[in-house]
Amino acid sequence: MLDTIGVSSLEDLVAHLPAAVRYNDRLPIPDGKSEYEILDYFRKLGETNAGLQASFLGAGVYRHYRPVMVDTIVSRGEFLTSYTPYQAEMAQGTLTAIFEFQSMICQLTGMDVANASMYDASTAVPEAAMMAMRATGRSSVLVARNVHPEYREVLGTYAKFQGMPVQEFAFDAESGQANFDDLATKLTSDTAAVILQSPNFFGIVEDVKQAAALAHEKGALLVVIFSEAVAMGIVAPPRDADIVAGELQSFAIAPSYGGPFAGIIACKEKLIRQIPGRLVGETKDKDGRRAFCLTLATREQHIRREKATSNICTNQALIALMATVFMSVYGKEGLRELATQNLSKAQYLGAKLKHRFSGPFFNEFVADVGAKDVAEMNRALEAKKIIGGLPLGRFYPELKNGVLLCCTEMTRREDMDVVAEVMA
Amino acid sequence: MSEGIKKVRQQPSQNEDLLFEISSPGKAGYQLPPLDVPSVDPRAALGAGNTRDAIDDFPEVSEVDVIRHFTRLSTWNYAIDLGLYPLGSCTMKYNPRINEAAARVEGMAWPHPYQPDSLSQGAMEVMAELERCLNAITGMDAVTLQPAAGAHGEFAGILLIRAYLESKGNPRKKILIPDSAHGTNPATAHMAGYQVENIASNSRGMVDTEILMKAVDDDVAALMVTNPNTLGVFEEHIADVAKILHDKGALLYMDGANMNALVGVSRPGDFGVDVMHLNLHKTFSTPHGGGGPGSGPVAVKKILEPFLPAPRLKRVGDKWEWNYNLPDAVGRVRAFYGNFGVLVRALAYIMAHGGDGLKRATLDAVLNANYLRKRLEKHYQIAYNEPSMHECVFSDDIQKKLGADTGNIAKRLIDYGFHPYTVSFPLIVHGALMIEPTETESKRELDLFADALISIAEEIEENVEFVKQSPHSTRTSKVDEVGAARKPVVRWKR
Amino acid sequence: MYPDNYRYTKEHEWVHVEAGAGTVGITDHAQHELGDIVYVELPKLGAKVEQGKAFAVVESVKAASDIYAPVTGEVIAINEALTNAPETLNADPHVGGWIAKIKLSVPEEVDRLLSPSDYQAYLGAE
Repeated sequence: MLDTIGVSSLEDLVAHLPAAVRYNDRLPIPDGKSEYEILDYFRKLGETNAGLQASFLGAGVYRHYRPVMVDTIVSRGEFLTSYTPYQAEMAQGTLTAIFEFQSMICQLTGMDVANASMYDASTAVPEAAMMAMRATGRSSVLVARNVHPEYREVLGTYAKFQGMPVQEFAFDAESGQANFDDLATKLTSDTAAVILQSPNFFGIVEDVKQAAALAHEKGALLVVIFSEAVAMGIVAPPRDADIVAGELQSFAIAPSYGGPFAGIIACKEKLIRQIPGRLVGETKDKDGRRAFCLTLATREQHIRREKATSNICTNQALIALMATVFMSVYGKEGLRELATQNLSKAQYLGAKLKHRFSGPFFNEFVADVGAKDVAEMNRALEAKKIIGGLPLGRFYPELKNGVLLCCTEMTRREDMDVVAEVMA
Repeated sequence: MSEGIKKVRQQPSQNEDLLFEISSPGKAGYQLPPLDVPSVDPRAALGAGNTRDAIDDFPEVSEVDVIRHFTRLSTWNYAIDLGLYPLGSCTMKYNPRINEAAARVEGMAWPHPYQPDSLSQGAMEVMAELERCLNAITGMDAVTLQPAAGAHGEFAGILLIRAYLESKGNPRKKILIPDSAHGTNPATAHMAGYQVENIASNSRGMVDTEILMKAVDDDVAALMVTNPNTLGVFEEHIADVAKILHDKGALLYMDGANMNALVGVSRPGDFGVDVMHLNLHKTFSTPHGGGGPGSGPVAVKKILEPFLPAPRLKRVGDKWEWNYNLPDAVGRVRAFYGNFGVLVRALAYIMAHGGDGLKRATLDAVLNANYLRKRLEKHYQIAYNEPSMHECVFSDDIQKKLGADTGNIAKRLIDYGFHPYTVSFPLIVHGALMIEPTETESKRELDLFADALISIAEEIEENVEFVKQSPHSTRTSKVDEVGAARKPVVRWKR
Repeated sequence: MYPDNYRYTKEHEWVHVEAGAGTVGITDHAQHELGDIVYVELPKLGAKVEQGKAFAVVESVKAASDIYAPVTGEVIAINEALTNAPETLNADPHVGGWIAKIKLSVPEEVDRLLSPSDYQAYLGAE
């Protein structure tokens, strides 16, 4: 090969680089290791992390059972090692699966259009807000204070440079639900979007219909967010929203210390031109057979450049495939049963503890520990190999006595009994 | 078409309906253990108005239905596991399976991001070690692993520049971008609140320092440059470019999409780059998965470190902690700490290669690109006559005169069993064929690919119409993208 | 091919002025260059447009092209049929494929546009 090119060594291939920019040292990275050594390294480090031991953490990342089918399918090289399906004739597998994904997300959320995925919910939220800005021609956004604190932080980062003022509206100290009186006083003729999460950060189901009525009366759009997708097995879909942005981590995606996950944006038909990211559409091939391809690409960065709806390019296709397989395995009845199990477990533990809020909750709730020390409680649980709930003081100073506890189908009754005993 | 060249042959391919069409009432593929607590009626717990009935049209299929469905679909895809995937600037290299095994270790796959730091030391050590390796490779001083993909890293990087300039009293107004840049660059600059000004490349396809000198004024915040650029050409005057910017108080951003040409050979930190992103799903072999997930770490010089998003790793005694107390940090760009599972895979790749192995991979990637260039030069018009690094770019000038363009050639390549190169990009080349073979490919696979492209050039001379009707051998023939865009159908309906 | 009573721009738009209002669209040459048109982003009714400034966008599968207003004025009608039948722009660019009607606020601008013969000469030279 070197002869064909006409050089005598590999180094000659980069000899044209100016000497001043050449790196002549050896990279300070240890010599290459074998498979066994690498696996051993990660296993040993992994033992210092809590993995599958009992845990009551939720707050945007949920521990659900991952059917073995999921890894079987996403490990197929044809899915794992293919690129974005730009060449439709060579990518019908990925394209068909994404079309099914988009369809199922529409069925779940009650929306008309869903994109092929976003990075995660935290980045889908500002993208949804920017959609609303473009659609309404307005510039400001109202977000409920019981939306996930880190989603609000990310929204703030994006908004700062978009000329998008973000204002928060309160939650009701009694119910834990968004305070619609406060929302009503803050809505103006410049409000592009009202952002509400349901179930909210405290696990409580919100009144989407009322929020929609308030927003629409002022000409704003309603963006509904979710972080616990399993809730959609039994909780009413946010049909009255204009845009739904959410997180699919619950659908067979391992917590993985926070990622990779898969976000979604779904919307009403009239907003299709404003949706960011990739979309797969149905069409026909030259011989009249059903086929799929990426479509409406003129919204995207590789064509519109600085006028694009977003700069997103790489998304979370393989993770979205995990969610697609998960939805297929559970199906209509399974998702309902799974959601009911989650609800039942949370109700079981909930009945044993004092609550901070009165609103109806799905699989998470805020316990009120009164004058007791949350950190001390969690240390007591840790000694029993149980990871306790999330102390809320870090995000909400007024809730320093509050602990957010999550129960899923993987939570065992005996562990809940221990938590109840330690926390009661 | 010569059978000796053709890598693919027509094979039996099964038809498969959509999940919704194979669904039948009552079928299910799941099992849940019996509930160990009393079952609660959702209507009673949540209120009837807050609950839903069955999800209309949601699939009802068995476990066997599911595995057959997705396995059949998978056979309609091309993949690196099937052969050369020469998409330029995408770095489609082999994805070692050890990466997958490492990411699935229980202690890596199951940690919750909010579990106490004391129970997350291994995960934090993985991140710290990857930061150290990326600093060593780029010659930069500090890294954030938070961004979820390349474009997301660009966004974080431009925010850092903005925060730095703001701290100096003026965030400035414009970002300069060469006309050969990826589309994400201008889209990112716009999202970060900057105006975009395009900079024309010179006759050698490089940033024109004369033009740059005139363009850089007190309103310019930064230049976003890709190096090697999208022509696969190393920006020879990159150190001068950096100096021109720095003299006027502006910064140099580098898009690291083409870092596979530099690892171990040249370090951006040494040639004046202030901030850059890396694509772990390109250079560091994490799988593309049909479009993601990726990971886009951002590496910076010392002057930008105080602005990196919170939280950051901090060594306290012999333990890692997350430090949130960073008053100058730009806001979060993502919840939690980044695409951790992708970080594990990238570190596994770095460990498997070691420092010398990483450099060898770079040189092999450059070798493969130059070999293909040499074999194809007589048949296709090279776009710029500069030395190629890890990719080479041709134009369809010769073939266009005979009536076939880069898009037609790409579709015909499919018949030969190869995924096409990047079509019609970069925009500064008319009818571009952008080819990046990566270090993965053997001479045998490269020769097959070169033979296929040469054969297509001959076919265009003999029967251009046949080439224009490609592909002929795929399960799905040419797809009607116009119809799809005119009447968008983006979901299944009964 | 190019109607006598229309005026043209070097950016390949046409305008047909009647009673103080100009109907505008893109030329046959433009639709040919753009290829199969899949979407038209129409201006808003009542929008003020300025000669030479972008006022609509025409999209093919792989490109989005700005359309520049040939005259200054206010948009008084838009061809909503294009939303569901963008292919009309390919099939009938000079009549059925009109994009908008603009009430002229600077009528003398029209005099500076190209005549059919000048436009065709321009195409020949391009």
